[in-house]
Amino acid sequence: MSEGNAAMITRDDVIDFIYAETRMLDEGRYTEWLDLWLPDAVYWMPLDYKQADPVNATSFLYEDNFMLRLRVERLNGERTFSQKPKSRCNHVIQRPFVDVFDPEAGKFQTVTNMHYVETRLDEQQLLALTVTHDLALVGGAFRIAGKKVELLNCDAAFGNIQLLP
Amino acid sequence: MNANDIRAMIQPAQVHRDVYISDAVYQLEMRHLFTNAWIFVGHDSQTPNKGDYITTQVGDQPVIMVRHTDGEVKVLYNRCPHKGTKIAIDRAGNTGKFFRCPYHAWSFKTDGCLLAIPLKKGYEGTGLSDSQNGKGMQAVGAVHNYRGFVFARLAEAGIGFDDFFGGSLSSIDNMVDRAPEGRVEISGPPLRYMHKCNWKMLVENQTDTCHPMVAHESSAGTAVKIYEQMGNPEPRPPAMQIIAPFMSPYEFFEDMGIRTWPNGHGHTGVNMSIHSNYDAIPGYFEAMVESYGAERAKAILDENRHNTVYFPNIMIKAPLTQLRNFIPLGADRTLVESYVYRLVGAPEQLTAMSAMYNRMINAPTSIVGHDDLEMYERAQEGLHAEGMQWVDIRRLHTGPEDFETEAVENGTTERQMRNQFHAWAKFMTMSMEDAAGVAAE
Ligand code: FES
Ligand SMILES: [Fe+2]
Repeated sequence: MSEGNAAMITRDDVIDFIYAETRMLDEGRYTEWLDLWLPDAVYWMPLDYKQADPVNATSFLYEDNFMLRLRVERLNGERTFSQKPKSRCNHVIQRPFVDVFDPEAGKFQTVTNMHYVETRLDEQQLLALTVTHDLALVGGAFRIAGKKVELLNCDAAFGNIQLLP
Repeated sequence: MNANDIRAMIQPAQVHRDVYISDAVYQLEMRHLFTNAWIFVGHDSQTPNKGDYITTQVGDQPVIMVRHTDGEVKVLYNRCPHKGTKIAIDRAGNTGKFFRCPYHAWSFKTDGCLLAIPLKKGYEGTGLSDSQNGKGMQAVGAVHNYRGFVFARLAEAGIGFDDFFGGSLSSIDNMVDRAPEGRVEISGPPLRYMHKCNWKMLVENQTDTCHPMVAHESSAGTAVKIYEQMGNPEPRPPAMQIIAPFMSPYEFFEDMGIRTWPNGHGHTGVNMSIHSNYDAIPGYFEAMVESYGAERAKAILDENRHNTVYFPNIMIKAPLTQLRNFIPLGADRTLVESYVYRLVGAPEQLTAMSAMYNRMINAPTSIVGHDDLEMYERAQEGLHAEGMQWVDIRRLHTGPEDFETEAVENGTTERQMRNQFHAWAKFMTMSMEDAAGVAAE
């Protein structure tokens, strides 16, 4: 990732960040992953297709920093029964579209299609995702200012989705 | 299996594991229990205009709930009288003045009556008009709309709505009374969460007050720990309001109290509940006082019932305007639909609070839901162990119990589970023959 001068930032830097973030999730490097987030950023997974209002109708997830921390810390708990044994996940991602590229303002937005696989014991599920990242440049490094994860089959019934697509 | 076999599965303090794992029992539940009892269908705000419909299930029966041209809500079997094709399969829509089957274009009024058949002369002299199929789409046995909540009884004859629910309707009353305008409306689609377990495990869990501090320690306990590490900041993060109370000690749940009503209904949170300590939302109490006067407004809001089970298969949370429908798809498969409603006339933040609770607790992505589902699915598998045939429901069972009268007890009793099984046997066997081949009373 580029350091310092905003003028040096390229679209490839933005795209590399998306790949790196996804890799952290797949490798379970959650502490590092949490550090990517701005304190007031929210992880939103809508329940309804093309849902506009995240809070006055039910979403799957609308996680503030406290909830994300709780989710990550719980995964490592002694008595986290649904994670004995632990789930594993894998993202296959398409090259992100960089829809907003504004190094001067330090604002970037990407849209990335992904196939997400989560597995535990004999179960494995595949979800098709469209992920929108809002990124900010803070002290020369990208931080997540918001992430929206849309499920292609959001109206289907699911069993547990335990990790973070 | 006959009525005596069914009754033999239910003892005062234990039930046979076949009630959870036997496919034959599931089939009998669909043909008897879910036929004789009043089953939740939907909320009338899902079909506000004439011709609006939703498709859903009553037990294993495909049905359509539709707003008829006279303004009433009808519940019809979702089956074309011609060849059986489902008339509608989208989950919601508007059909206008009539349904038209997409296979051969038979059409029906929104109360099910046959409207037209193309090339009708082909049926002249065939007797179609005298047959059941010639009448149109079949309606269910009975429908009742209680303050917007629509219930159906599949059986043509049987227990009346008021007799079936009795005093338990006070929980729906409290939920709807919490709206300054005295009505609620659906807010968005439901969460749909698939459980590989028997539907009764979910219903029992609603009044199982000895599991939160154990099964949910990983979520609620960790929340409390993180909050303390942060130095207990105010205002509390929303998760601390919603998830942390699950870590309340046993004494708290004992003091909550449990009330049971006849026919299997009951609720936790008689005196107070884990929903009693939410932050006040500005403007709400004022709006309630405006509508009801101070005394009545306070009485409505001081009632903080936790979970009310409407036997056999829904639960409502009045203080959070939520309803969960446990739809039985098989002995080992249950679809849980979790709805939130908007209190008409109340500040929008109340809806946001209900929606937040719904996603934090009832979603397939919920860290609370994950551990519940884990327990149910382990139980569904564990019950196949041949070494032990009975499931224990005897906590605070000390002698004969009379489920035909309302009772209030210690909040950790399993009396409500026993109440449900008492009602289960009653509604399972009322339309069955006993061992001698004689119809039961
Ligand atoms: S199946 Fe409906 S019209 Fe033929
Ligand atoms: Fe639970």
